[in-house]
Amino acid sequence: MKSSVITFPGSNCDRDMDVALKKFGFKNKMVWHNDPELPKSDLVVLPGGFSYGDYLRCGSVASKSKIMQSVINFAKSGGLVMGICNGFQILVETGLVPGVLLRNKYLEFICKNVFVKIDNKDNPYFKNLEKDIFELHIAHNEGNYFCTEDQLKEIKDNNQVAIYYCNNDGKIEEEFNPNGSIKNIAGILNKEKNVLGMMPHPERMIDSCLSGEDGSLFFKNLLNNIK
Amino acid sequence: MQVNEKLAVEHGLKVEEYKLICKLLKRTPNLTELGIFSAMWNEHCSYKSSRLHLKKLPTKGKKVIQGPGENAGVIDIEDGDAIVFKIESHNHPSFIEPYQGAATGVGGIMRDVFTMGARPIANLNSIHFGSTQHKKTKNLLRGVVHGIGGYGNCMGVPTIGGQTCFDRSYNGNILVNAMTLGLVKKNKIFYSKAAGLNKPVIYVGSKTGRDGIHGASMASASFDDKIEEKKPTVQVGDPFTEKLLLEACLELMAGDSIIAIQDMGAAGLTSSSIEMASKGKLGIEINLDKVPCRETKMTPYEIMLSESQERMLIVLENGKENLAKKIFDKWGLDFAVIGKTTNTKNIELFFNSEQVAKIPINILVENSPMYDRKWKKTKLPKKNKIQKKDLKNLKILDILKKMISNPNVCSKKWIWEQYDHTVMGDTIQKPGGNSGVVRVHGTNKAIAAAVDSSAVYCWAHPLTGGKQIVCESWRNLISVGAKPVAITNCLNFGSPEKEENMGEFVECVEGIGEASKYLAFPVVSGNVSFYNQTKEIGIKPTPVIGGVGLIKDYTKMITMNFKSEGNLVLVIGKTEGHLDQSLFARTILDEKNGPPPEINLFNEKNNGETILKLIEDNYIKSAHDVSLGGILMGVSKMCIEGNIGIEIKKPNSLLNEFEYFFSEDQGRYIIEISKSDIKKVTSILEKNAVHYDEIGTLVGKSVSFNEKTIVPVDELKSYNNNWLKDYMR
Repeated sequence: MKSSVITFPGSNCDRDMDVALKKFGFKNKMVWHNDPELPKSDLVVLPGGFSYGDYLRCGSVASKSKIMQSVINFAKSGGLVMGICNGFQILVETGLVPGVLLRNKYLEFICKNVFVKIDNKDNPYFKNLEKDIFELHIAHNEGNYFCTEDQLKEIKDNNQVAIYYCNNDGKIEEEFNPNGSIKNIAGILNKEKNVLGMMPHPERMIDSCLSGEDGSLFFKNLLNNIK
Repeated sequence: MQVNEKLAVEHGLKVEEYKLICKLLKRTPNLTELGIFSAMWNEHCSYKSSRLHLKKLPTKGKKVIQGPGENAGVIDIEDGDAIVFKIESHNHPSFIEPYQGAATGVGGIMRDVFTMGARPIANLNSIHFGSTQHKKTKNLLRGVVHGIGGYGNCMGVPTIGGQTCFDRSYNGNILVNAMTLGLVKKNKIFYSKAAGLNKPVIYVGSKTGRDGIHGASMASASFDDKIEEKKPTVQVGDPFTEKLLLEACLELMAGDSIIAIQDMGAAGLTSSSIEMASKGKLGIEINLDKVPCRETKMTPYEIMLSESQERMLIVLENGKENLAKKIFDKWGLDFAVIGKTTNTKNIELFFNSEQVAKIPINILVENSPMYDRKWKKTKLPKKNKIQKKDLKNLKILDILKKMISNPNVCSKKWIWEQYDHTVMGDTIQKPGGNSGVVRVHGTNKAIAAAVDSSAVYCWAHPLTGGKQIVCESWRNLISVGAKPVAITNCLNFGSPEKEENMGEFVECVEGIGEASKYLAFPVVSGNVSFYNQTKEIGIKPTPVIGGVGLIKDYTKMITMNFKSEGNLVLVIGKTEGHLDQSLFARTILDEKNGPPPEINLFNEKNNGETILKLIEDNYIKSAHDVSLGGILMGVSKMCIEGNIGIEIKKPNSLLNEFEYFFSEDQGRYIIEISKSDIKKVTSILEKNAVHYDEIGTLVGKSVSFNEKTIVPVDELKSYNNNWLKDYMR
């Protein structure tokens, strides 16, 4: 399976994503933001980091960079596009997924393990996963997901919530919400379910001696689903 | 502007230094030249008060590839790999503007490391603040933490460890010391020594602005009466540009175009150009019209003294300009050929086709002043006799709760959760343990690093204090199973012009030297920060040690959380009951006098090496060194981290329970072993003449003493975890 990871100026999880994808059997290519066209891919990943320094709204400059037109076309034709952390921020700026990402509730960067509950398995990312509750890692300053009441209704009606922040038993409550996200939303899908944006980093959980191995389950399953 | 004695003094030079300049030049310098002298001859760049004493530090060793004198130190970690590392202070700017001061401190130290060709793989920091009651402390702490995170997180380099202390001696002078480690192939290390004639001198990175000119030392009058219009003297960091600069430099370094490279840190273009030429015994010619400037009408004086961040100076091989330019264009960075190397041994500056400065480089470097300042020895204070009656009404549980939530002991999670500590996917031990540990990407090796200071000990007796921090650093590395390799030091002191402060410096350095020599733990890089004083009141002497160790097989790494019920807990090393200068004496008894605990270097080395052997043989399940607060603080933290309780039995000894559990004798560790291994472990300890006490068994979810006093681990955890969070929210 072929994957492409886009490197924007200021991306800093691009290598980590490359390592993770290759570890679980993807043939991955790094793609420069200024390239005109995507190589042939089964999966495109927008990695974490601080694209263009995120001095403007996070992800807004990156969403206008040259390669993004090709990424948007790929997504609109049904290709799988996954945005992690800054990648999620870029996705909301392109409009491929609804909503915005505000600064964290306490205005502090947060780096820690969190639990998330998968809400919707009827998509290529989470289909066939046995567990519902995953321990993943977050590291962000602007992960506070927000959208209007109408958008929220539409998101829920279309089953677009991918994952919620929860505790280790899967309880979705405010006290387990690390950043103030509306309804504890940690990741969402587009209507067609081929585009996924989420704040947690599965690529940092691919080794028992790192923070944990739930990321390994995610990538192995993703590869099998795409095959 | 007329250059005279008065102007020289306003530039921070002494009258006799100005006279020396005129004598060496055989004329009066012009304003630009005066600026260059003041930048090169200030304490920060010239080490004029410290050089004489720093020479005594051991800097060589089998594993040392590069000692002090370069941008950073380099050690060999085998298989063709090397680690580049250094610690540096950014104290004064951080007090004036905590966010930018701390951020640019982190940016500066990372640049020192990647200038040498190494990709930064870990950051650490040691930060000291005033009393938690002081009105400025909260804002300074918040600003510094945001600044460190803001820069390091954006660069994508994990912050894997650190240290935070509160003491009223920092009320008017906080300390912000930042350390970076980088990974490089041994045969791809870059140095700052220029070589060859007529080689192009290249400027890359951000444009030059008026920020940071002369730092905070610049006197107002020398800039005429429009001082209010001047930009603040604190530099402003741009981590995004630095990330691009890192990637662009590493891309260029993969080839063979670079002869020498030096980052523009303190004293900007002045010190970088002069250092490169001086090391190569060459001259250098710079055309200041070619320097990319952010603002219009910048003068040669301003261009030479600007401390704008994220800039590098490179001496390139002839004919490689286009190749290099292409790389910097790709990353959207400025690139300009601004001069060349010459054989004149002068620095010559041109502006508007006119020569605006010409100074022989040896005058600036070799002839810079060096002082043998007067200093005063500190006598070893008399031991306190802590009276039995002082202890009579104390209850061990109350003390435990009070000490575990002490600002200097409590969990610093509120701080390190704001630092990205897992990016790069190799962090195998997070902050909060004895050392941070990162894997060497793609290998079985890992690097451990820790930062430590013990200002209270150094204040009570600088010589002992100096030895103690080196030993504490050594123990922190050993406790995670790393073999200590080398250290970097950041020496934060008051004014060298005061005999007491100078004495503290001299004796701390002597102590550091003695311990690092004995432990074969050489000093490979460092930085001195003097004048940490406000209104004549200096800080407590605060040398900070950054230690680095190697773990050959990372699966053998040890953590401090207790692992399983039924296991035994031993204290390694002898407990003598030394309470003077302990946290217990200072906070519970309010007793601030007396000597710090003694250092026995033989025991230190022997105990440490024996622990490493026990780890190598897989006997140790968890380990923690005994430091601030003594055995009980250590054991409690291990319980909290492991969420396991312990039944503690005080071994039979002449010491009372306060002396046993709260004394801060050195050279000690707490280890957890399996019950079935006890005979084998004790026989190894006995064979190596290492003292040990068995102090308890892991069981349940509470800490209990002699089966009477009981406290749930959860309760201790909330005392330990909540203090800082509650203080900051």
